[in-house]
This record gives sequence, structure tokens and C-alpha cells, in this order.
Amino acid sequence: MNALKIATAGSVDDGKSTLIGRLLYDTQSLTDDKLEAIKKSSEQRGYDYLDFSFATDGLVAEREQGITIDVAHIYFSTQEKSYIIADTPGHVEYTRNMVTGASTSQVSIILIDARKGVIEQTYRHFFINNLLRVEHVIVAINKMDLVDFSQTTFDQIKNDFQELTAKSDYSPQQISYIPVSALNGDNVVNASSKTPWYKGETILEKLENIDTTSIKEEAQVRFPVQTVIRPKSNDFHDFRGYAGKVYGNSLKVNDEITVLPSFQQSTIKRIHFFEDELEEASAGSSVVITLNDEVNISRGDMLVKSTEVPQIEKELNATICWMDNKNLTEGTKYILQHNNNTVQSKITSIDYLIPTDFGAHKETENAGALKLNEIGQVKLRLNKAIYFDAYKKNRANGAFILIDTQTNTTAGVGFLN
Amino acid sequence: MNHNLESEAIHIFREVVSQFNKPVLLFSGGKDSITLVRLAQKAFYPARIPFPLMHIDTGHNFPETIEFRDRLVKELGLKLIVKNVQDSIDEGKVKEENGKYSSRNSLQTTTLLDAIEEFKFDACIGGARRDEEKARAKERIFSVRDDFGQWDEKNQRPELFDMLNGKIDLGQNVRIFPISNWTELDVWSYIEKEGIEIPSIYFAHQREIFIRDGLIWSHSPFVYKEDNEKVEIKTVRFRTVGDMTCTAAVASHAKTIAEVVQEIQQSSISERGARIDDKRSEAAMEKRKQVGYF
Repeated sequence: MNALKIATAGSVDDGKSTLIGRLLYDTQSLTDDKLEAIKKSSEQRGYDYLDFSFATDGLVAEREQGITIDVAHIYFSTQEKSYIIADTPGHVEYTRNMVTGASTSQVSIILIDARKGVIEQTYRHFFINNLLRVEHVIVAINKMDLVDFSQTTFDQIKNDFQELTAKSDYSPQQISYIPVSALNGDNVVNASSKTPWYKGETILEKLENIDTTSIKEEAQVRFPVQTVIRPKSNDFHDFRGYAGKVYGNSLKVNDEITVLPSFQQSTIKRIHFFEDELEEASAGSSVVITLNDEVNISRGDMLVKSTEVPQIEKELNATICWMDNKNLTEGTKYILQHNNNTVQSKITSIDYLIPTDFGAHKETENAGALKLNEIGQVKLRLNKAIYFDAYKKNRANGAFILIDTQTNTTAGVGFLN
Repeated sequence: MNHNLESEAIHIFREVVSQFNKPVLLFSGGKDSITLVRLAQKAFYPARIPFPLMHIDTGHNFPETIEFRDRLVKELGLKLIVKNVQDSIDEGKVKEENGKYSSRNSLQTTTLLDAIEEFKFDACIGGARRDEEKARAKERIFSVRDDFGQWDEKNQRPELFDMLNGKIDLGQNVRIFPISNWTELDVWSYIEKEGIEIPSIYFAHQREIFIRDGLIWSHSPFVYKEDNEKVEIKTVRFRTVGDMTCTAAVASHAKTIAEVVQEIQQSSISERGARIDDKRSEAAMEKRKQVGYF
């Protein structure tokens, strides 16, 4: 059984936390003491209803202001599967938080207030899901109770949203539209009697029917070496294993491999997982690999199949989403981390800003700077080459982060073209 | 049990030893830190676990936990550091609480921060999980603390894909949570699947207890009891194990791990519902974390 990771997106007051609270409540995932705490907090603030956002807004400042500040992770499970929801804030720092949440999710729920319809923020929410290649998108058209569960309103919003999806270059993305009232629970877990015109699935039904085993990567296999295991004990005197996580596809014993960046060749001798030996290591598994030849390998190196060597470059083109208060400017240096490999990088040019509404990009309108939450097309130069794939071809080997050399913070994320 | 979670935790352990100079595993003798030890074994096998364990001992622990701790360390050939809250009290660094709800739980923070400084640890691995508590739901896998051990919850580094950024300045340290994404049930299912041994107090046993605020408290010299609080013998077990002053028992007849798993699946109370330390206020955990609790 694998957990399905879900990211939520919506503007302030679209009812995101209420929707999650409703999912938890209607699946009996809120225990008595947590429910009691929500009741107490709601009463303390003089509400005459249960405010489910108290289930997810964990920080004092969030509860005071009634807003979500930082990504919260929420866990629930049904008979079918277990779920991890990244509840991302809808306000100012939405891009930073949404990109973070979406980077590990297979499903995204975009909320739209039925009274407001598709607004500018909806464009951004969909754009980010598109940029990050999130496979399943559920468009939850919320607050249907406030528009008398009108089918016309629902259809109008759906049409507006489809104008967006028509501009997408990611055709395998699966998009579904569901009319809901998170406050009252219509079409969240249980089908609503107030939307007889809607024959589709509820949100939970949709989630339950997503086949997690089908969401497997069919890319070329990449094995970034994290650390070298050398026990130097009597039993394992000459043992020299390479520890890492397998990405993209699987590796098998006897596979012919190439070590990057040295281009040394060898074959896989054994694949170890603790005390077991495996014939094959599938994508997502953390294993230890031994080779048939003595080769010099250290952290940051990568094992690939000899027939599937990735791009190896010192000059990069990337789409960068900026996450720091300090602007990204041309000529500045950052540490670039790609998988677990770190190199020095210099921003050679910021070519243009990418508008998040799928419109035409504005050439260097911003003259060489990228501000917090902006997305732009950037060229970088590295002190050492990295071995990567285009993000569109291989999610796991096509992204990097930029680390500020003074504050050490993760300042931005890049998607390689 | 979710196979991805195990791989994720192993990946995190390997990043820790690669990115930090002096990591340590914070070991309480509870099920979560015992699970961490197994995951660390898997991450580095056939080599040994390349860092020591450290226990911040309040002096009010269940004797069963301490016996278990010492046996585990011996069997696996691990290095154990024990730091005592009593020493911090004797040195006048913290003041012991008195009276009805007194506990050394929050005093642990001072002892922990002093130990981090003494041994120059730059990474402290802990078994906290996001599903436990609402402030922990906001926690990162690599959580940076300043040189006062403080958590700046409103200014956390974004964590994208599998890329963990452990870069810090001298004096800072990072708290690391490899089982962030595990639920209580995931931990128990893993213990069952792996056949991991855990302290006996997790299983139903007879114990002298008294009832306060609807919770089952252990009767012990360490736990303050009013004269009118009546001691009785009940069959109970512990669902979460802190020290005796901050952990309540639950009425239970679960004697095997399979029975424990079944009990948790049917429970209508969350795990931390039995944590007296969380009940002090709505933000008890967030406040403790801000000053260096893990």
C-alpha cells in the first residue's frame, strides 16, 4: 500500500481548510479529543459552528488571524488507501508554498469559490500544477450552497477553466470538475442530493479511484550516490557499496552501468537491502549497490545505464521559481543542489518573466531581476557540469534548488529545460 | 505499511551522515526512537550505525524503559550518551516544578541544549511525527535551530522533492525527523512487520494508578498525588511513552503487537490525547518547540 500525496490550492477564504476538515470528519479520521479541541477553539472564538480550519492551522499566529501561514501536513486513511495532504496557504507566499507542496504530490485539488468563478489566482494555481507536471488535478467548485447549487454556474466555471487547460502543453494531465459545499459536506465524501444534475464522483471517490500503482515513472533510471558504505569489519572486509535511492525506473543485477562524471564502466554485482539481496530495485527504493569492478565513486556521482546517459552540461537553461525576499539578480552566485550533488553557480542572464496566466511572456521587462514568487527563464553557468534530464522527461532528475551562500536558505527552485 | 515511507526515512538518514559532521540520535526508549534505530541499521548495513544515541533522562522514567534502552545498546554495540535533568537542576540552571501537575518534561530542553553545545552536535535526529500534534504538522524534515536552539516557525526553508538542504552556520544545529510522514499506525505496523522488540509497558499489565481529569496516572514517588486521589490496581498499557509525570496510561487488554494494532485502528482518541504535557494550553507544543524542545 502506498500513500497518495495531495496538494491543495485556493485563494484566501475559498474554504480550503474547511474542505480538508470535512474530508477528515466525514471519513471519521478526527478522533474524539481532536474534535473536542476544535469545538473548544470554535466556542472560545464565539462561533456557532465547528471551524474545521482549527484541525489544520497549527500555529498560534494562524489561529489568531484565521489564515494558513505555512504548509501543514495532514494524514488520513480509508479502507482503500492512506493519504497525505499538504495544505498550502493561499495568500501572499502562495507560489513558494504551492510549488513546495506540489513537488511531492501526485494529486492537486484547486478550489474555486462558485460566487467568484475563475479568477487571476486560479490561473496561477493551475499554471504551477502544469509546470510541476502534477498528474491529477481536481477542480473543486466550492460554496455551491451560496449559488443555489446552480448547474449553469458550475458549467460556466468549468468552461472558463477549460479555456485554461486548452493552453496546456501537458496532455496526460487528468482534470476533473466537482461541485461541492465543503461547509455542508456536499459531494466531498458523500454524494449530494442537491446536485441531481451532477453524475460524477465525489472528491473522496475520485481520490479512492486513482490507481497509485499506475503513477509510476517510466523514465530512464538514475541512481545518485548518497554515501559509500565501507564496514571494514571482519565479515565484510572488502565490502564497498554505494548507497542511494533509485529514480525514474528500476535497476537489475548485471545491468551495464556508467559512472558519472568519470565515465567508468562496470556491471551491477549485487543489490542489497539490509540483510536481503534483491534481483531488482524499483524506482523509489533506497538500496546499496555493489559493482563488479573497482571504480572510484563518491557522493554526488551518479550511476546510469550505459545506454541511457543523460545530458552533461555546465551551461544551463532553466525555469526558476523564486522563493526568497532578496531578489535573484544577474551576476550573483548561488550553491546549486541537484539531487545530492552541489556545485557553484552564477546567474548569467534572466531572460524573461513567465506570466502565470499562460499569456505571452514579457521580454526582460523586469530588467534582470526575479522577485519573490516570480517565475522566470534563466541561464546559469556552473563550476562543474551536472548530469541531468529535462524536467518534462524525468521529474526526479530535472530539478534543482539554489542555496543562498550567506543565509544558507533555499532561495529558489529550478526546472531544467 | 507503506513501503515508500521506509525508503524515505533511509534516504534521510544517509543525507544526515553525508551533510553533517557530528550527528546524534535522540533516544527516549519509546517506540518511535526504537523504530529510528532499526531504520538507521538498514540505512548503513552492513556497516554499523555511524553516530551515537543520546538520552535526556528526566530521572522520572519508567524503569522498564531504562532496562530496555541499556539492553538494546549492548545488543547492537551502539554508543549511548546519557544526560541527566537532575544535573541541570543541581547546577541551578533550571528550577524544579512543584505541586499537582509538576513535571520535568519541559526542563529537558535546557539539558538537551547544553549537551548539544558540549558535544558540538550539529544534527539531532528525533522521532517526532507530523501526525502527532498540530505544531509538529508544520515541521520540516531538516529543521534549522539557531544557537539558542530556537525554532523560527514562520520562516522555515522550503523543502522540494527529495532535496534536503542542511547548510548551517557555526553554532546552529538542525533537528532531523526521518519519520515525519509516518502515522502512529504506520509505526506500529512497521514494528509488527519487522518483529521489533519494544518495552513491556506498551502491552497490557497490572499497575497502581489513580484517575485525574479523566486520565489514568501512574502511582509513583515521582508523580505528585493529592490525598483524596484514590490509588487502585488496573490493567493498562501505555500508548505513548514520555516520563512518568507526563504520560497517561490507557485501559487495555492488548498483550501482543497485533492486538495493539487492532486497538489503535478502533480507537476514538488520538495518541497524544494521553500526553499530559500537551494539555497545558492550546499551543503547549509550539511554545516548547520555540525554545528548543524537539
